Amino acid sequence: MAASVDLTEPVWGPATGAGEGDQPRALDPGLPPSDRVFHGAARAVGLFVLVVIGSIGAFLGYQAIPTFRRYGLSFFTQSQWQPARNIIGISAVLVGTLEVALVALAVGFPLAFLTALFISEYAPARLRSALVSLIDLMAAVPSIIYGLWGFFLLEPRAIYVARWMSQYLGWLPIFKVNTNPNAAAWAQSQYTASAFIAGLAVSMMVIPLACAVMRGVFAQAPLGEREAAAALGATRWHVIRVVVLPFGKRGIIGGTMLALGRALGETVAVLLIISPAFVVKLRILTVGTITVSSLIAGRFGEATSAQLSALLAAGFVLFLITLGINTVAAVFVGRSRSGSVTEI
Amino acid sequence: MSVLTRPVLPPSAEGLDEVERPIARAHLEAVRVSAWFGTNKVLERVSLSMPPAIVTALIGPSGCGKSTFLRILNRMHESISSAKMAGEVRLNGEDIYSPGRRVTETRRRIGMVFQKPNPFPAMSIAENVVAGLTFTGSKIKRSDKAELIERCLRRGGLWNEVKDRLDQPGGALSGGQQQRLCIARSLAVNPDVLLMDEPCSALDPTSTRYIEQTIGELAPDMTIVIVTHNMQQAARVSQQCAFFLAENGTPGGIVEAGPTQQLFHHPSDPRTSDYVNGRFG
Repeated sequence: MAASVDLTEPVWGPATGAGEGDQPRALDPGLPPSDRVFHGAARAVGLFVLVVIGSIGAFLGYQAIPTFRRYGLSFFTQSQWQPARNIIGISAVLVGTLEVALVALAVGFPLAFLTALFISEYAPARLRSALVSLIDLMAAVPSIIYGLWGFFLLEPRAIYVARWMSQYLGWLPIFKVNTNPNAAAWAQSQYTASAFIAGLAVSMMVIPLACAVMRGVFAQAPLGEREAAAALGATRWHVIRVVVLPFGKRGIIGGTMLALGRALGETVAVLLIISPAFVVKLRILTVGTITVSSLIAGRFGEATSAQLSALLAAGFVLFLITLGINTVAAVFVGRSRSGSVTEI
Repeated sequence: MSVLTRPVLPPSAEGLDEVERPIARAHLEAVRVSAWFGTNKVLERVSLSMPPAIVTALIGPSGCGKSTFLRILNRMHESISSAKMAGEVRLNGEDIYSPGRRVTETRRRIGMVFQKPNPFPAMSIAENVVAGLTFTGSKIKRSDKAELIERCLRRGGLWNEVKDRLDQPGGALSGGQQQRLCIARSLAVNPDVLLMDEPCSALDPTSTRYIEQTIGELAPDMTIVIVTHNMQQAARVSQQCAFFLAENGTPGGIVEAGPTQQLFHHPSDPRTSDYVNGRFG
């Protein structure tokens, strides 16, 4: 039985005093203690990550100061790394780093992209999970293994590919080799230990990363749009072109840049394969190159304190480059269009 | 001006008489259609004839298999990996599931409008309308394309609202407008049959009325099958009606089907009577 209500009582009041400046109230979020604890803990962990990254950067930057003071701009223009003669610079190192990373991307991107498309769009359900595990397994293989694989298994075979490329594409400066590729007894050693072969090994390490990011984004392409296309008579390829790729565009770019960041920092595999050469050269097929991380790993043990500062300075530059690339990548992945546009 | 007093121009005022009307020509017939998801059977040997120039409404409570049945009619059912079916669906006597028939061609001839409006958000309104043409590989001249876009948007009852902003993204329209855009998009590939899966369940009453008017406009030109939870809607838009029911975990099937008036006013089965009078479901 409901309590009796006097229906003659006024139930509303007119908006009197309009324009008398009512202010928005400060609202207490009213969180229960458990939420407050979790909120605080989550924020602390997040801040901790930022502090760690920041302190790495600060440490490297601080350690690099003596080197930057001493060599100034020539640190970036000098190609030689001869601490004994007081000649130190990272131009060849940076160029080599970029070359290895770009080769890794040029080989890895199409493989990762097509694999991701196959897994998310074409593979039957059972094959799909098997393939996903396989690709994840690729990421779990230690890079030293890829290095050994690259050195012992890949290189003896890849030099034939390199020779073929220099034969037919040698008119492009980057594919030129300082030897006659058509000679009957061709100089095999001229094709070994190059940025190209190191890049091939690194590509195996960036494929799982790029593939996982792209696959994740493709799988999020809204079902409603897929069905809309299918119901209009679209083939699978049409669905990919009209729905999946426009939706996944930023994921493709972001995944590729994450892979680039990974490729720039790869150390051990590169160290095993290349033979160090401190020359700024664009010929990726020719023997010899050098990257920042392999330089640090190779010289770290024998370095004096001044040399150590120089190595850390090189590391600082690499840190800034990868930080920049990863930040841009994160922005792209994060802005990947959600399916919310099709919601009502 | 208040919403209540504003005269609402029905889509029928958009001058359909000026455009050529296709001829309704497709007789769709389901013959002993069964369906499974995995090992769970959801439809038991359903047969239904859906003649041209007639709107067929499929009604029934949730989970009775009417949406599954609809999706079998244009082979969308099999896009779910565990889905299986048996029986035949005949379009003018030819089984759309017979080996060698292209699924893409079948889906082009039997269009579908979904519960949730699903325009392609990256495309403009105009691009959305003609999106299906790229799938079917039909080349079309630029001038013909503009004409086709206008014709389809008029038939979808949306032209007057969007004619000045055809290059704006389709995703920016209201829900009801998006749904009419989706109808226009289906019409652009010139289907013989239009299947509608609860096209108004996500829309407000005004938009619902527009869509129902559009269905009425389209009905003489094609074969329309509509799934709806709304019995008043079934009564308003359809000429024939099929009542689906799945009782106590058994697969769904048709309890009764026939002219809509008869089904609603003189049902022969007590369960139909209970459902159309709102006693369950």
